[in-house]
Amino acid sequence: MARRSPLRPAGFDELGLRRALADRMLPFLVAAMAFLAALALAGWVGAATLAQHWQRGAGASLTVQVPHPDDPALGAPGTRVDRVLGMLDATPGIAGARTLTAAELQALLRPWLGPGPDPLLRRLPAVVAVRLADPPPGAAALATLGTRLDQAAPGTMVETQGVWIDRLLALARSLQACAGAALLVVAAVAAAVVAVATRAGLSARREAIEIVHGLGATDGFIAARFAGRATVLAAAGGVAGAVAALPVLLALASLAAPFAAGGSGPSAEISAAGLGRSLPGALPVALWLLLPGLPLAAAAIGFTTAQVTVRRWLRRLP
Amino acid sequence: MLRFDAVGLHYATGATPGPDVLRDLSFHVPEGAFRWLLGPSGAGKTSLLRLMYLAARPTRGSLHVLGSDIVAAPRRALPGLRLRIGVVFQDFRLLGHLSAFDNVALPLRLAGRGEGQIHADVTEMLRWVGLAARSDAHPAELSGGEQQRVAIARAVIARPALLLADEPTGNLDEAQAERLLLLFRELNRLGTTVVVATHNEHLVARQPAPALRLDHGRLIEGGA
Repeated sequence: MARRSPLRPAGFDELGLRRALADRMLPFLVAAMAFLAALALAGWVGAATLAQHWQRGAGASLTVQVPHPDDPALGAPGTRVDRVLGMLDATPGIAGARTLTAAELQALLRPWLGPGPDPLLRRLPAVVAVRLADPPPGAAALATLGTRLDQAAPGTMVETQGVWIDRLLALARSLQACAGAALLVVAAVAAAVVAVATRAGLSARREAIEIVHGLGATDGFIAARFAGRATVLAAAGGVAGAVAALPVLLALASLAAPFAAGGSGPSAEISAAGLGRSLPGALPVALWLLLPGLPLAAAAIGFTTAQVTVRRWLRRLP
Repeated sequence: MLRFDAVGLHYATGATPGPDVLRDLSFHVPEGAFRWLLGPSGAGKTSLLRLMYLAARPTRGSLHVLGSDIVAAPRRALPGLRLRIGVVFQDFRLLGHLSAFDNVALPLRLAGRGEGQIHADVTEMLRWVGLAARSDAHPAELSGGEQQRVAIARAVIARPALLLADEPTGNLDEAQAERLLLLFRELNRLGTTVVVATHNEHLVARQPAPALRLDHGRLIEGGA
């Protein structure tokens, strides 16, 4: 008797739920759901990060070709290329512009023209590499820029990767949507699993529930006993699933590394190379923040589902 | 305390109502009264007790228990009333996974009493029913008589305003049965309303008191 505390004993199991709500099957099934949710989360974060990388990388630059760059500009002092560079520098939304040197052009064309100086180079247009500001100007602003440059130095062409970037962004957003849908499905299945387990527990402990109900237990009291048990089991499953998913996510991050290779800034987040780097840097920060949310989400699903299931079931009692 | 006005009860089997098990019952049990509930098997004694301890609501008529209109009361109002009702079931209805101590303590825990008070009250109650040495035993480890004493202890531990008993002496010897009736009488003297259903006419003869007598679901004695 000395074991009894001044308050209701912690974890006192009035309804005998430790035997009724299986302590292996439910956590195992929830762990499987959490594992799938972790993969979906990784897909969502990965797609978002890639989209950001593409937008900030290829989407943040454009090239301008200026034919006959050394000819005098129309109605202004200097050459045509000087005129174009001056207009680019004065344009809002452009962070910088520089003309590629002859050596850089030669290096670019070496696969087609071979090594060594080539007389063709002298007749090639000048290539101006332009870095756009963050956020970059819109498609309409870039179209206007092209028109203005063409008027100042006829024949000048502006090349953007806008179409490809838009397509890649649409792809990334579609992947994010799929990952989000997968998360919703996984959450729904987890809720269904908890509901089925709770109903099995209700059937197994029906007599005990009726006795406790008859002694004056409220619906809230009985539902809280089930919800407490379901919360603990679901949280345990959530932890197990998230931990089990970690090595898989690290392996996927290392596979994804080449897609971001050579990038800088945000690309470092997914350049991952997980297995060869320190653990915190092996996955995107967002994923590290979201993964601990899986056991919490599992616990919330367990608690809510058990509460709703038990309270609905109890309505059959007077 | 208990007021029945033209109460009827039938159990539904699926969507269709079953036959009436209680018909047109009208009687009044005032606060602090003692009543025997008598009648042959199948007369409806257990169903009448179920109405009294709020395990069922009447399908006809009007029922007041502990001053509350049970037909009109919202479902959420019933647990508070049940806490004030003690019941000794014919089949004991003990929780098999709990010890005798925890079974007896259950009404007090549901009422939110402190563990210190629970410990003192339950220990004293188990001592009174002669089970002090068996407080850690589970129901399966107890004899029928011991289980019945645990059930009785659980029913009276919270000093209920209304005490209902369904064949409470069925598994007790004469001395224990006598002792139990003395307990019921003592609780009744302290103000508890007591209704005891029994077949045991000797018991009734030894403890004369007004009776409610049922036959085929109708009240044939003790009506309003």
